[in-house]
Amino acid sequence: MSKKTNKLEAINLDAYYGDFHALKNINIGMEEKAVTAFIGPSGCGKSTFLRTFNRMNDYIDGFKVEGQILLDGKDIYQKNIRVDELRKEVGMVFQKPNPFPKSIFENVVYGLKIQGIKKKSVLEEAAETSLKRAALWDEVKDKLHKSALALSGGQQQRLCIARALAISPSVLLMDEPASALDPISTAKVEELIYELKTDYTIVIVTHNMQQAGRVSDHTAFFYMGELVEFNKTKTMFTSPKDERTQNYITGRFG
Amino acid sequence: MTNSDINRLKDKAFQVFGIFCTFIGLVVLAVFLFDIIAEGIARIDWDFLTSLPSRRASRAGILTAWVGTLWILVLTTIIAFPLGVAAGVYLEEYGKKNKMANFLEINIANLAGVPSIIYGLLGLEVFVRQMRLGGSLLAGALTLSLLILPIIIVTTREAIKAVPRSIRDGSYALGASKWQTVWNQVLPASFGGILTGIILALSRAVGEAAPLIVIGALAYVPFTPSTPMDEFTVLPIQIFNWTSRPQEAFLTNAAAAIIILLIITFLLNGIAVYLRNKQQKKVKW
Repeated sequence: MSKKTNKLEAINLDAYYGDFHALKNINIGMEEKAVTAFIGPSGCGKSTFLRTFNRMNDYIDGFKVEGQILLDGKDIYQKNIRVDELRKEVGMVFQKPNPFPKSIFENVVYGLKIQGIKKKSVLEEAAETSLKRAALWDEVKDKLHKSALALSGGQQQRLCIARALAISPSVLLMDEPASALDPISTAKVEELIYELKTDYTIVIVTHNMQQAGRVSDHTAFFYMGELVEFNKTKTMFTSPKDERTQNYITGRFG
Repeated sequence: MTNSDINRLKDKAFQVFGIFCTFIGLVVLAVFLFDIIAEGIARIDWDFLTSLPSRRASRAGILTAWVGTLWILVLTTIIAFPLGVAAGVYLEEYGKKNKMANFLEINIANLAGVPSIIYGLLGLEVFVRQMRLGGSLLAGALTLSLLILPIIIVTTREAIKAVPRSIRDGSYALGASKWQTVWNQVLPASFGGILTGIILALSRAVGEAAPLIVIGALAYVPFTPSTPMDEFTVLPIQIFNWTSRPQEAFLTNAAAAIIILLIITFLLNGIAVYLRNKQQKKVKW
């Protein structure tokens, strides 16, 4: 549906939790430097799907994937793929802000430190760049060494975004990043997503139809583990093809 | 009487019963404390703490006993701390949650309830005889380590479990390995809880006499131990020995030694409570 290259792609993807068939034969391609939103009722598999892109499901006992997930054309479920390397490329922001119980600075540079980068000047520069990129720098520049837990929820979430940006990924996965935030903080995060898509491929899971409409270029609707419809957000919201999509986005169920 | 009147009466009755039960525990403890302190406090002076044991009650002191207790505490910590924490981390973070894990879990919980004298017999066979450590500090510390390992493992797991999933997710998502996540996030966040468990376990070890008597710790040691291979005694054994003497004066000595032992345990427990409160204040998820 577009001439741009697909940054991420799922081919015939099935996923299981033990006997439960959570994702059913998903085929989808996500454009580079665009925002793709996953919508659908709770339990439809959208979060599970999101977490296959950085293999966060690996730690769940009994989880199994069949099919392919391609990042820049390379299958990330191949045996020779190192998960830590993959996650440097594919960052993630979670539903509830989850800053580490450490200082703001330590939070931002955590990803770099575990790569073995110790040089203070490098870390400081990375912290400043990332915090600026996440639109948080002005609010925290005087208290970088204070605890991150003292920040407000919205600030914490932007800190988590800064933390993800610090290791320079090319993809950013966001699992309902604003669902635990107040409307003002939500607006800030949405604004940030809009700015970030110039440099990053963003995939966002959301329960909020308006949010999907505001921030995303493409929207995918999931239902009972199936990808029901995938289209340009505008098209999808104005003239959905599938009746289930229509019912969901008009709020008749979910 | 209406139904709600009856319910209120029941509520009241249980409240009174609850207060009564709490009171019994406290009263028994208070009476015991008062008795011991009245009997022994006058006996405690510098000489009592710095004198070697003696056949004459007025000249006998607890130097060897409290030095032995201190040795045992330190050695047991060195042995049980890394083993227990490592085992707890493995079971909670690395081990698969399958039938084997369940089996291990139940057995570790059971081990925590095994009478201490059984551990003494195990220590006698394995450490004293087979490893030829004799009735040494090292054999005693190893035995007590076995005794408190289950407690440390269980509390370590509880403390680690209390660290929210989201913290681990955050770390993994930034490319951290399992070990990096455990070392940088899970252990620092649960350290207060782990430490509390270890201190409580140690305060149990400090009060044990039975397993150490079984492995051959002596009541009369005329010197303070200077290496882990030396023979030793500890406060509970000294107390046990004195209370079994017929002379009244030795009972006074025993009471005084009990006060010292109680001070050590209360101190350990106090530290544990302090650490727990500090941890609770610091970490709010």
